[in-house]
Amino acid sequence: MAETSRASEPSRLREGLRAYLLISAMWIRSLMAYRVSFAMTAFGNFAVTAFDFAAILLMFSQVDRLGGYSLSEIAFLYGVSCTAFGFADLAMGSMDRLGRRVRDGTLDTLLVRPAPVIAQVAADRFGLHRIGRLTQGSLVLVYALVAADVDWTPLKAAMVPLMLLCGAAIFAALFVAGGAFQFLAQDAAEVQNAFTYGGTTLLQYPPTVFAKDLVRGVTFILPLAFVNWLPALYVLGRPYPLDLPEWVAFTPPAVAAACLGLAGLVWRSGLRSYRSTGS
Amino acid sequence: MHVRTGRFRLYAAVAQSAFRRYATYRIATAAGVFTNTVFGLILAYTYIALWDERPGLGGYDQAQAVTYVWLGQALLTVMALMGGGFEAELIERIRTGDIAVDLYRPADLQAWWLATDAGRGLFQLLGRGVAPMAVGALVFDLALPTEPLRWLAFAVAVALGVLVSFAIRFLVALSAFWLMDGAGVTQVAMLAGTFFSGMLLPLNVFPGVLGEIARALPWSALLQLPADVFLGTVGGADLLGTYAFQLGWAVALFAAGRLLQAVATRRVVVQGG
Amino acid sequence: MAETAGPENLIVLDGVEKVFDVRKKTGFLRRERRQVRAVDGISFTVPRGEMVGYIGPNGAGKSTTIKMLTGILTPSGGRLRVAGIDPSRERTRLARRIGVVFGQRTTLWWDLPLIDSYRLMHRMYRIPDARFRENLDRCVELLELGALLDVPVRQLSLGQRMRGDIAAALLHDPEVLYLDEPTIGLDVVSKAKVRGFLRDLNAESGTTVLLTTHDLTDIEQLCRRVMVIDHGRLMYDGALAGLHEVGESERTLVVDLERELPPIDAGSARVVRVEGPRQWLAFPAAESAAPLVARIAAEYPLADLSVREPDIEAVIAKMYAEKTNS
Repeated sequence: MAETSRASEPSRLREGLRAYLLISAMWIRSLMAYRVSFAMTAFGNFAVTAFDFAAILLMFSQVDRLGGYSLSEIAFLYGVSCTAFGFADLAMGSMDRLGRRVRDGTLDTLLVRPAPVIAQVAADRFGLHRIGRLTQGSLVLVYALVAADVDWTPLKAAMVPLMLLCGAAIFAALFVAGGAFQFLAQDAAEVQNAFTYGGTTLLQYPPTVFAKDLVRGVTFILPLAFVNWLPALYVLGRPYPLDLPEWVAFTPPAVAAACLGLAGLVWRSGLRSYRSTGS
Repeated sequence: MHVRTGRFRLYAAVAQSAFRRYATYRIATAAGVFTNTVFGLILAYTYIALWDERPGLGGYDQAQAVTYVWLGQALLTVMALMGGGFEAELIERIRTGDIAVDLYRPADLQAWWLATDAGRGLFQLLGRGVAPMAVGALVFDLALPTEPLRWLAFAVAVALGVLVSFAIRFLVALSAFWLMDGAGVTQVAMLAGTFFSGMLLPLNVFPGVLGEIARALPWSALLQLPADVFLGTVGGADLLGTYAFQLGWAVALFAAGRLLQAVATRRVVVQGG
Repeated sequence: MAETAGPENLIVLDGVEKVFDVRKKTGFLRRERRQVRAVDGISFTVPRGEMVGYIGPNGAGKSTTIKMLTGILTPSGGRLRVAGIDPSRERTRLARRIGVVFGQRTTLWWDLPLIDSYRLMHRMYRIPDARFRENLDRCVELLELGALLDVPVRQLSLGQRMRGDIAAALLHDPEVLYLDEPTIGLDVVSKAKVRGFLRDLNAESGTTVLLTTHDLTDIEQLCRRVMVIDHGRLMYDGALAGLHEVGESERTLVVDLERELPPIDAGSARVVRVEGPRQWLAFPAAESAAPLVARIAAEYPLADLSVREPDIEAVIAKMYAEKTNS
């Protein structure tokens, strides 16, 4: 560790990642001071998420199809949405605590550290218990992969990890933008929930269930449809909503990158406004 | 007689101050309304898809099913189905030992917290219940009661539901006397509340025995029964049966709460706080 | 730290301003926008190695200044440099060279042993191993943290935690240490320990210290220089003793007579209190007490006497009051 004579500053991304890992490791160690509590909250996180799927199972106890989709197909949509969201929630779910930190003034203690604030906020109270949601989502996804009637091709198989990665990135961008919004409205953490938790709930069902305008909104304005609908419909061999061309199934990486870029800009302007107003 | 009115005035003041306390968080309330509305929209469409497939499922037509969704969003915080009521505060007071002070107060512990919870519930009903319902009514055809008496009957069912909800959470909070960490019990209670209240899906859509059990448990008094009163699927003599069911659970759970409170009080007194 | 040794004003403020837009509710849904000048053109320099007290009433602009000096807030105007760095532009670079202690907000990890927080600092600030160990050993010794290192922070007393926080801020050899109310809420013994440590730190390591406080004893015991700020403006910058003159303060002569007598008549001094044979006389702090004592001793049956220095708190309160009136 010959840091004092470093010629160039390491990139902000690497610094941020390093700080993120250091801080989240501290929180995990803190959590382990209350093992029983941790086990219970992780289980609770698993169970609450499982209820969403239980609701779908209850529906299918009464019907064979919903919006023209079978249980295993909906399980596929659910599994992808929930797993991608699970990764983002695990990594960035703490962004909704930003408002509290602004309100009680403890954000300042992060601003005097030599690490990007966003990394510190994202790692703040790193919630390992959120692994419950991730676990539940992956279990449903595995079930869907086994049960769904898909003509697998290498391309379709490659789409699954791609969807999870890009979906997680899109949700992560939402968490960042939601965090930035709390610079303006410190009590509005719940607005973020509407987009994040609401978003993943929406994507658990096929687009045929929803009104055209809503589908348009989550395709062109808030691009949630790129998390699973568009790529997953390609895998399932289903027609697209809104008569979109087939190639949109392969655009999630570009959409995810754009979302992250935009979220970064929003974050920056949020932080700038905090630093000029102090509240 | 004098003492009684004094007591009543005290609890009314407690309820009023709880109402005001929640009312100060305007932005948080607006944010909550927004979230309830978004979830209401999403769920309403899934219910429409379900009732398209099975018209008349559970005895509801589609309009009633969609109305049920918005009732769920409206009552979610009123009944504190996912937490957020007084219980976290009470658990904290038990954990820190501040509860000893409360027990020596001239006011009754259970009544005191009931008053705060009633104030909170009333605020949530007005502050967080009305707006999402209005949005729902704009976007969808809702089965809103036309006769004023049914609104009144609904209000009674909601009030009884709040009593049951309070009584359950009071028991949950008192468990902290023995467990020292209320997190686990709170969590289980929250899960049970979400599942058995009908928040996920109306209980009359639950299949077979599961449905029968769910409808017999106290949580059905929180959402399913008020919703049935609102939607008019129970009325007349059934209405009294519904009230009796809610009241029965309320009395039983309140009694259990009193018992637990007495045991806990003795414990605190013996331990010297 | 060879690259920073140089002509030696470590902190430089030149006409620094901070203007906030405040929206005030004037009615239902109606808001009025108003500009508040929290810091209104402040200029001062702090040479390396100095220990300066920065005081003022709540809302005077103290913490706004500190927040600008640490890079948390961006100034609205003026020029500001700390160790040659513009804090708001290069916040993270500056962070490696300053230490900050917020009296009421611990930065220690609540549920973990104290040492774990220090290990995090070690890695986050990339402190070379040998340096870290040396600094930690010194802090542990001087702040008496030895027995506390393995105790979870939540179990520490307020004073222990404050000492822990101060150590955490010093492990990376900061050139400047900002302390925001470092003795707030502490008991007398803890206060003394913290002050003793800061004095030694400043004397031995030459660390520049800027401290804000409500407790003027902190200033009296630690700082030769004090800056007083009110309404965003610097009202006084100089030696602590000079405050008395500026504040037109008074000293008190306590006279014990052999018996009860009517109030003493002694020229410029006036009797402010009488209690049996004891009388209190106030006279300007700048004047010598000798002629007054001589005169009283000559004219009255004197048993004993003592002189009391003015209460600095009263001096400052008086200063604020005068400025506000003028």
